[in-house]
Amino acid sequence: MEFFVISMLNGLSYGLLLFMLSSGLTLIFSMMGVLNFAHASFYMLGAYFGYTLSGVLGFWPALVLAPVLTGAAGAVFESQVLRKVHKMGHVSELLVTFGLSYIVLELVQLIWGRVAVEFNPPAFLQGPMFTLINHSQQGLSLVSGEAGALCQAAEGVRVVCSPFPATRGFVMLTAMLMVVSLWWVLTKTRAGLIIQAALTHPQTVETLGHNVPRIFMLVFAMGTGLAGLAGVIGGFTFITEPAMAATVGSVVFVVVVVGGMGSLSGAFLASLLIGIVQTFAVAVDYSLMQLLADAGLVLSAHWQDNTMLKLSVSQVAPILPYLFLVLILIFRPRGLLGKRET
Amino acid sequence: MSQAHSLVLTNLRKQFGKTEIIRGVDLAVNAGERVAIIGPNGAGKSTLFNLISGRFAPSSGEIHLHGQRIDGLKPFEINRQGLSRSFQITNIFPKLSVFENLRCSVLWSLGHRYSFWSFLSRLKDANELANEWMQRIHLAHKSEVLAMNLTYAEQRALEIGITMAGGADVVLLDEPTAGMSKSETERFIELIKTVTRGKTLLTVEHDMGVVFGLADKIAVLVYGEIIAFDTPDAVRSNPRVQEAYLGSMEEQGH
Amino acid sequence: MPNNQANNDTLKLTLWLGFALVLMVVPWVFTSNLSMTMLSQMGIAIIACLSYNLLLGQGGMLSFGHAVYSGMGSYLTIHALNAVSQGNLHLPVTLLPLIGGLAGMAFAVLLGFVTTRKSGTAFSMITLGMAELVFAMSLMFSEFFGGEAGVSGNRVAGEVFLGINYGPQRQVYYLIAAYTFVCVALLYALTQTPLGRILNAVRDNPERVEFIGYNTQQVRYRAFIIAGFFAGIAGGLGALNFEIVTAEVVGPARSGAYLLFTFLGGATFFFGPILGGILMVLAFVLLSELTKAWLLYLGMIFLFMVVYAPGGFAGLIMMNVRVIKAGAFGRLRVTYAGLFAAALLMLAGASSLIEMIYHLQLNAAIGPVLNFAGMALDTSSSSTWISAALVLLLGLAFFEWVRRRFVTAWEQIQTELAQQTARKELA
Repeated sequence: MEFFVISMLNGLSYGLLLFMLSSGLTLIFSMMGVLNFAHASFYMLGAYFGYTLSGVLGFWPALVLAPVLTGAAGAVFESQVLRKVHKMGHVSELLVTFGLSYIVLELVQLIWGRVAVEFNPPAFLQGPMFTLINHSQQGLSLVSGEAGALCQAAEGVRVVCSPFPATRGFVMLTAMLMVVSLWWVLTKTRAGLIIQAALTHPQTVETLGHNVPRIFMLVFAMGTGLAGLAGVIGGFTFITEPAMAATVGSVVFVVVVVGGMGSLSGAFLASLLIGIVQTFAVAVDYSLMQLLADAGLVLSAHWQDNTMLKLSVSQVAPILPYLFLVLILIFRPRGLLGKRET
Repeated sequence: MSQAHSLVLTNLRKQFGKTEIIRGVDLAVNAGERVAIIGPNGAGKSTLFNLISGRFAPSSGEIHLHGQRIDGLKPFEINRQGLSRSFQITNIFPKLSVFENLRCSVLWSLGHRYSFWSFLSRLKDANELANEWMQRIHLAHKSEVLAMNLTYAEQRALEIGITMAGGADVVLLDEPTAGMSKSETERFIELIKTVTRGKTLLTVEHDMGVVFGLADKIAVLVYGEIIAFDTPDAVRSNPRVQEAYLGSMEEQGH
Repeated sequence: MPNNQANNDTLKLTLWLGFALVLMVVPWVFTSNLSMTMLSQMGIAIIACLSYNLLLGQGGMLSFGHAVYSGMGSYLTIHALNAVSQGNLHLPVTLLPLIGGLAGMAFAVLLGFVTTRKSGTAFSMITLGMAELVFAMSLMFSEFFGGEAGVSGNRVAGEVFLGINYGPQRQVYYLIAAYTFVCVALLYALTQTPLGRILNAVRDNPERVEFIGYNTQQVRYRAFIIAGFFAGIAGGLGALNFEIVTAEVVGPARSGAYLLFTFLGGATFFFGPILGGILMVLAFVLLSELTKAWLLYLGMIFLFMVVYAPGGFAGLIMMNVRVIKAGAFGRLRVTYAGLFAAALLMLAGASSLIEMIYHLQLNAAIGPVLNFAGMALDTSSSSTWISAALVLLLGLAFFEWVRRRFVTAWEQIQTELAQQTARKELA
C-alpha cells in the first residue's frame, strides 16, 4: 500500500517535471512553429547555472537567477540566430536548434567537465518530507520528516518505512505553482491574451501594432526560462551531468508527440502518464516468466533460457515511453489531445 | 441520380468548431457544364472546393462524382477518380523546371506509379504528354526554366497545366485569374476555354466579366448556402442575388 | 538542343569514369596504413550519407535516427559472418554486405510504416523516438547485441575466391570501393526515375502532390525503405571492415553525425553527401586528434552553415563555379581574402580561449602555461585571457564588416547573371 502511495507521488513529481519542460516546448512550438531541439539543453544549462550560483550566492538567489540567465540565453539565441532562419522553413529551424544542442553540450563539458557535479539540495530540502510507516500491529501512519527509531523492527513486529524525499515534494510544489501562474498569465493578463492571439494569428496581431518579433523572443525566453527552472530543481533532485540533456530530451519529445503536438493539456496528460508509468515500472521486478510460473505453467528447458521472457518490467522501463510513442502513432496519430491536422 | 450528372453535392455541411461555414449545399452539375461559383467574401467558396477535392472532410452530407461517393476520401483517391483542382495561391513545384512540373502531373494517370526501375527520359508517353501540355499553355519556350523563376501569369498558366495534364474530366479552378491585369485575364480566359473543352468545369471567380463570358451556369454562394443556380441571365435578374450583391453587377457595367 | 545534350552526356560519362578511376588508383597514392583505414571508412561513409540524403535532400525528411538502419545492417552482417565462419552459412564474404542491406531494408519496412505516417517536424521527432527505442533495446538483448563488448567476427572466413580472403586491409578497401561505386551509381539512377522525381515534388510541395494522384505517405515510405537498404549496406561493410560491432552503431551520436556531415557536405546537390562522407572521416580521424574541442568547432561551423550557407560546401562550390564561369570571380577576390583573414582571427581567439579552458580543467597540475600553436599561453595571467577574448571579438567584428561588403558584391553579381539569363531567354 505504502509502495503504491510513494511510487504514485514519485511518479507525479517526475511527470510534473516533464510537464515543466514540455509546456515550454509546446508554447514555443504553438507560437512559432519551431520545435526547439535544444530545449533539454536549456534544462541542462539551468542545472549547471544553479549549481555554480548556489555555491556562490546561496540557494534562493540561485533558484531565481539561474532560470533568468537561462531565459536570457534563450532570448539571445532567438534574436541572433533563430530569427535569421525563420524564413527558411521548419527544417532549417530544427537544424539550427540541433546545432545549438551540440554546442551547449560541448560548452558545458568544456567549462564544468565530463563528470557529474555534486549539486546538492539545500539543507531544508534534504531528507524525507514525510515517511509512511507500515507497522504490522499498529497499521499505517504518517510521520513528518525522518522516522528514525520508529522504523526499528522488534520481536514479531514488521515495520516498513517508506520515505518521500523533500526534493520531490519541492518539484511538485514548484511545478504546480508554475502551472497555475502560466494559466493565469495566459488567460487573465493582457500580455497573455496577446500571446494567445499571436499563437494563431501572428500577422493580425502585428497589424494591431504589437511587436510580434519581440513577442516571439519573449515567449522563447519564457519557454527556455521554464526549462532552466526545471533544470535547477531537477539538477539537485536527480543528477547534474552532461548526459542529462539527452536522457530527458528524448522523453520530452515523446511526451509532446504522444500528448498531441501543440496541445498544452495533451502535454500535461502525457507527462503525468509517462512519468507515473515509468516510475512504477522501474520499481517492479516482475517478469513474464514469473507471471507464467505464478499461473502454474511449466516451461520447457529451452524456454527457461529465453531472454525476452526473463526480462523484468524494471529492465524494460527505459523503453516504455518509446513504446507509448509507437502505440499512439499506430492507433491515434494525432496524439491524445491533439487537433486533427487540416 | 441522373447519369448525366458529373458532380452532385447533397446537403453538404461543414463546421469548424462551433462555426458552420457550409450550411446545407445542394448542387448538381451536368457533364461538360461550365459552372462559375460566385459570392461575397467569406461565403465559403474556397471551403466548398476544399470539401469537394478532399482537402477537408465534410461534417455531414454527401458528394458524388460520376455516381460514386467521394466525401471523406483522401485527395489522391479523389484525384484518381477523375477530379482535379487548381489553387488560388499558386501551388506548383518551385524547384522543378516547367517541363518537370508537367511531367510529374501525368505520371500517375499514365500508370507509372512508384516506379524506380524505369528512367524518366525513356518514358515516351509521359514526355510527349508533358510536351503537348507545355505547348497548350504556351510555355514551351521556357521548358527548362525553374518554376520559381517564371512570371506570375506564367506560374498561373503552369498551375492550370498541372491541374489538367493528368486527364481529369472534372476540373475545379479556384480564382484562376487572381492578381492578373485586364489583358492577361482576357488571354487567360481564352486559354481556359480551350483547354477545358469537353470537361466539366467549376470555377470560383470574382471578376464578373470573366463569369459572364465563361460560364454556362452560375451558382451564387452566400453565407454557406446556394441561393441561386441558373443561367447567367436568370441569375442576374434574381432579386435575392441582387440583394446579396447590392448593385455590384451594375457597377461592372452589365 | 542536341549538341548541348551530347556535351552534357560526355561530361557525365567522364565524371563517372573519373570517379571509378580515382577509387581504383587512390590506394596507390596514399599508401600508409592510416590512409588505407581512412579510405575504407570514407567509402562506407559516402554510402551512408548518400542514403541519408535520399531522405533529407531529396525527400525533405529530417531523420534523427538513420543509424538504426545502418547499425542493424552491421549487426546482421556480423552475425552472418560468424555463421559463415562456423560453417552454418554458405555465402561468400563478398556478398555479406547485401545481407546488411536486406536487414536495413527489413527494419525500414517495419519501423518506417509507423514513422512515415507523419511528415515534417513530427516525423523528425518520431525518428528520434525510434532511435532511442532501438538503442535502449540494445542494452536489453545482449545475446543479439553482444552487451558491452559487442559482437566480433573474423572476415577471413568461408571460401577463398581468386586468392582474396579479405585478410589485408587493401582487399577490404577494394571491396568497399566496388560497393561504393555501384551504390553511388544506383542512387544517382534513382534520381532519374519517376519515384525519385515525385519524391522531389513531395519535398517541395507535398499538398500539391496529393492532388496529382500520388499518396505522399506511400512515396515517403518507399523512399524510406530504399534509404534503409543502402544504409544497411554501409553498415554491413562497416562490420566487415572493423570486425566488431558495438551498440554505438545504432546510437544517437552516429545518427547525429550522418545529419551533420550530410548537411555540411551539401544536401541540395547529389555529390554533396559524397563530400560529407569524406569530411566525416577526416573529422573523426584527424580533427579529433588535433583538439579535444573538435565537436564544439564542428557544432559552430554547422550552425554557421545553416544560417549563411544552407547548401553546404557543395552549394558553396557550385555557386562559385557559376560565378567563375561568368568571369566575375575577380571582383570577389579581395572580399574572400578578407573573410578568410577574419575567420583566421576568430579561430585564433576562440581556439586560444578554448584550449586554455581545457588546460585549466585537465592539465592544471602541470602548470599554468600552455603551449599552443607555437605560443606560450599563461592561463594564470588575466592579460592572456583578455587578449584572446579581444582577438576573438575583433575577428567577429571584422568578419561581419567584410561579410556585409561581400553580400553586396555577391548580390550585384547574381543580379547581373540573372539579367543575362533573362536576355538569353527572350532572344
